[in-house]
Amino acid sequence: MKFKINTRFKSLFAGLLAVNLFFAAPALASVQDTTAAAAPVEQTAVATDSAVVATDSTATATTTDTVAAAAPSNSVTPTATTTPEEVKVIDPQVYKNLTYYILFFLVICAVFAVIGKVHSIYTLTKRVNGTYNPLANNTIQAVLFLVFLVAFLGFVYYGYAVWGDWSWRPAVTEHGKDVDTMFIITTVIITVVLVLVHILLLGFAFLYRMRAKRKAYFYPHNDAIERLWTIVPAVVLTVLVLFGFFTWRKITNIPEELKKSALQVEVLGEQFQWTIRYPGTDGVIGKRNFKMTTPLNGYGIDFNDKSSWDDIKGDEIVIPVNRPVRFHILSKDIIHSFYIPDFRVQINAVPGMTNYFQFTPTVTTEEMRDKMNDPQYNYVMLCAKICGASHYNMQKNVRVVTEAEYSEWLSKQAKFFTEDVQKEFAELHGDDTKETRIAASIN
Amino acid sequence: MSTTVISHDAAHHDDHGHHHETFLTKYIFSQDHKMIAKQFLITGIIMAVFAMVLSILFRIQLAWPDKEFPILEVFLGKWAEGGRIKPDFFLSLVTIHGTMMVFFVLTAGLSGTFSNLLIPYQLGARDMASPLMNMLSYWFFFVACVIMVASFFIESGPASAGWTIYPPLSAVPTAIAGSGLGMTLWLVSMTLFIASQVLGGVNYISTVLNMRTKGMELWKMPLTIWSFFLTAIVGLLSFPVLVSAVVLLFFDRSVGTSFYLSDLVVGGTILPNEGGSPILFQHLFWFLGHPEVYIVVMPALGLTSEVISTNARKPIFGYHAMVYSLVGITVLSFIVWGHHMFVTGMSPFLGGVFMITTLIIAVPSAVKAFNYIATLWRGNIRFTPAMMFAIGMVSFFVSGGLTGLYLGNATLDINLHDTYFVVAHFHLVMGSASIFGMLSGVYHWYPKMFGRMMDERLGYFHFWLTFIGAYLVFFPMHFMGIDGVPRRYYAFTEFPFMEKWVSVNLLVTWAAIVSAVGQVAFLWNFFASIWCGKRAPQNPWKSNTLEWTTPVEHIHGNWPGEIPSVYRWPYDYSKPGHDEDFIPQTVPHSQTMSSNLLHDWEGNEEGIAAQKAYNREHDREIEG
Repeated sequence: MKFKINTRFKSLFAGLLAVNLFFAAPALASVQDTTAAAAPVEQTAVATDSAVVATDSTATATTTDTVAAAAPSNSVTPTATTTPEEVKVIDPQVYKNLTYYILFFLVICAVFAVIGKVHSIYTLTKRVNGTYNPLANNTIQAVLFLVFLVAFLGFVYYGYAVWGDWSWRPAVTEHGKDVDTMFIITTVIITVVLVLVHILLLGFAFLYRMRAKRKAYFYPHNDAIERLWTIVPAVVLTVLVLFGFFTWRKITNIPEELKKSALQVEVLGEQFQWTIRYPGTDGVIGKRNFKMTTPLNGYGIDFNDKSSWDDIKGDEIVIPVNRPVRFHILSKDIIHSFYIPDFRVQINAVPGMTNYFQFTPTVTTEEMRDKMNDPQYNYVMLCAKICGASHYNMQKNVRVVTEAEYSEWLSKQAKFFTEDVQKEFAELHGDDTKETRIAASIN
Repeated sequence: MSTTVISHDAAHHDDHGHHHETFLTKYIFSQDHKMIAKQFLITGIIMAVFAMVLSILFRIQLAWPDKEFPILEVFLGKWAEGGRIKPDFFLSLVTIHGTMMVFFVLTAGLSGTFSNLLIPYQLGARDMASPLMNMLSYWFFFVACVIMVASFFIESGPASAGWTIYPPLSAVPTAIAGSGLGMTLWLVSMTLFIASQVLGGVNYISTVLNMRTKGMELWKMPLTIWSFFLTAIVGLLSFPVLVSAVVLLFFDRSVGTSFYLSDLVVGGTILPNEGGSPILFQHLFWFLGHPEVYIVVMPALGLTSEVISTNARKPIFGYHAMVYSLVGITVLSFIVWGHHMFVTGMSPFLGGVFMITTLIIAVPSAVKAFNYIATLWRGNIRFTPAMMFAIGMVSFFVSGGLTGLYLGNATLDINLHDTYFVVAHFHLVMGSASIFGMLSGVYHWYPKMFGRMMDERLGYFHFWLTFIGAYLVFFPMHFMGIDGVPRRYYAFTEFPFMEKWVSVNLLVTWAAIVSAVGQVAFLWNFFASIWCGKRAPQNPWKSNTLEWTTPVEHIHGNWPGEIPSVYRWPYDYSKPGHDEDFIPQTVPHSQTMSSNLLHDWEGNEEGIAAQKAYNREHDREIEG
């Protein structure tokens, strides 16, 4: 026993010594750092001067072992003068910073080691004095669970109050209102369960922490209570399921005549942009055939279908308020996702098939700006399915306007079937007369 | 029930117990379930650290999208030119982080470790049904890991189509650099991994069914075994489907078939593929993918059940209900996969059906959570680090599971699909919950694996740092998702409505960094204790299960003599009338007359008569 205490003191002493060293090492390093720090600045200014590089690399080498590893990469700098774009020079400060972080971490570890040792000695002396309570730590952990419970509930409240406020904007579409109602009902239910379960879980952990003279209550099962908490969640879930199922059917299962009477808009996703196609005066979107894609006809519109001749290319998505819109979502290359958070609208753009989403916007952009008190506010459609390097910036502005503004905007948009495309189309089909016929029928 | 015991008796066993063991057969190509469990665990930990570093890299990018970190260029070279991670590489990081965590850490690292360790130990078997297959299972897994890591060292970079590798993005190399050689390596690695899982799964199932010791009926098995058994069944039925998905994708990529491809114009080039459907891949993928999340979480639930019961010194509440809810999850897990595809263009009616099955699966999960809480009620809780992690696991399972009510609801999923809400949901319910279950298992069974104890104080420190850190990281993400921030976004800089979240990203990243660094406490504790830990007693937690009847030093065949027989269920903690607060499974009822209930005798008339006589003699009034 005596021997054991001795070794503990020794290791404590060694620990303290190590801490001293750790504190001292960065200080030593930083002294040299002040001399070395000036060098890289010059180095970038006079990159051809190998003398500066040499001093720099020696300065680096003297600091610490890790930094010394940087020296070889600096010593190749002279060759960099001949082929400057091939060799990259990393500023030695980078290695120094890394070293400091590692040292900082080691210091923290050392501090923890020391605290651990002190604590061991403390418990050891308690043991020697015969006042050691084996359950003391158990109680501490139980109390910590109680503290955590309070902090957790506070954190949840903070989240709801602050972040919830940031994130919540009421839906601006008809079906979106149903979605929101359900969202709020679900939120109320799960918040109650979340709070109750955590109060019980962590509260029980505190209340029933181990005591020296207690024995747990042998209670292997209670069929009645188990049945109760099988049936209650089942009933709650059934209600949610039915509500959700019928809302879902209402959103996705639209009667045929409403499908036809809605405004039709087609959206084509590709890496990393969206193209919007409105039907022209005929109200019909022309056919698309991916095989007819050319540099001019990037959309791949099949101009053999005459209903495509008057199709209009929208520079952004503009839709009239309070009128059902049916979006046809296509993809040119890989899967994208057509997502407008404010509208509660999302459907994937899948190559080889057309997906549809029909909805009715109820609030114009102007009204929304007033409501949000933000004159810059815009609805936005963004890609929500991983699609490559610029996935994070694949967006299209969405504007909800009055019927009059919509017609005015639409009249200003260009057609897909421009003169160049007409020419190309005619050439591809080797028919000169066709060209004139097209021109005649369009103008 | 079946009580076949395939055991060599002691004498016979000793005869060939001394065959020559070299370093190679003992530590590398070992066929011993204990060594294989350790191999799985250590490989899993290494993969976890690797995947965690990847996550820190992309968290740094998200928190400081405009800042340069020259040190990144030192390590990552062209992928972080000028000290800023490139968008392509960001997607690779996300992809490989997900793949490694889900498959290598939480599937192989968790099931592989604890099924191997505990199935023979807790059932009273000398080893697995097929030790050779067991060894092959590890080595397939190991090669899969090596190939996955190797994909970081090829020119076009690792796979970057997300861990779900949806084609056409994953099928067309011109769409993203990572879909070149990196994707091929991903597919090869995953095929090997699945081979490993199938070898393991067959082994677990046959061991559980055939090699239980005398008296170990199915209804006397610990919940850990139930969960490993059902997990293995789920894995065995679902993993092969992923192979088919992977092989077809391989054909599309390399042979020119069109299973998943149709109507593609990539980078201005019209591809010849016609007639395929990307949705087909999603069905095949999620037919594994959804059961996979239960493969990940069920073993964690099993470990937690055992740890909570042992440390609350109280029988697990509703043992039968716990088993039935596991069975319920197992069955239902196969018919819910469509809830990942509500907005992909799958038939909306089918979506409605999947929504119903999905919300039903919440019922058995809820039963489990409530039963854990009931187990704690009036317990006598001992807070070992394992117990802390088990309680943390239940907390995450509830917090993350509840948000499943939004995502499983097709209507609400419209707005939350592929947003940060999903990220928050699954990181809590399957990420954090499973990793906590796994850590709980590591702390609890460490003495069994290495014969030494881990340091408790470091364990507590590790727990609190990780528990608080995980909530700080994942809880705020829910709100980003509700706001409509999609996942896998390289930077939040391009949209005005996302700017407010940059401050939250800072909090999240700092929490992630601190808790990641905190894992060093665990790593130190784990690896240092292998050599320097306190020597473990035989039954450090005063537990009932069979593994604690084996000697501390590992021996070939687990038990030096006869395999012990089992007489009772594993949860006789704090039974009234018994002098200690635990009765191991190996203690016959005839030795515990003072605590027996009449139904403990299971209709054994002699026993009941003896018990009645005893009760009269000692004035015990115990009902049936």
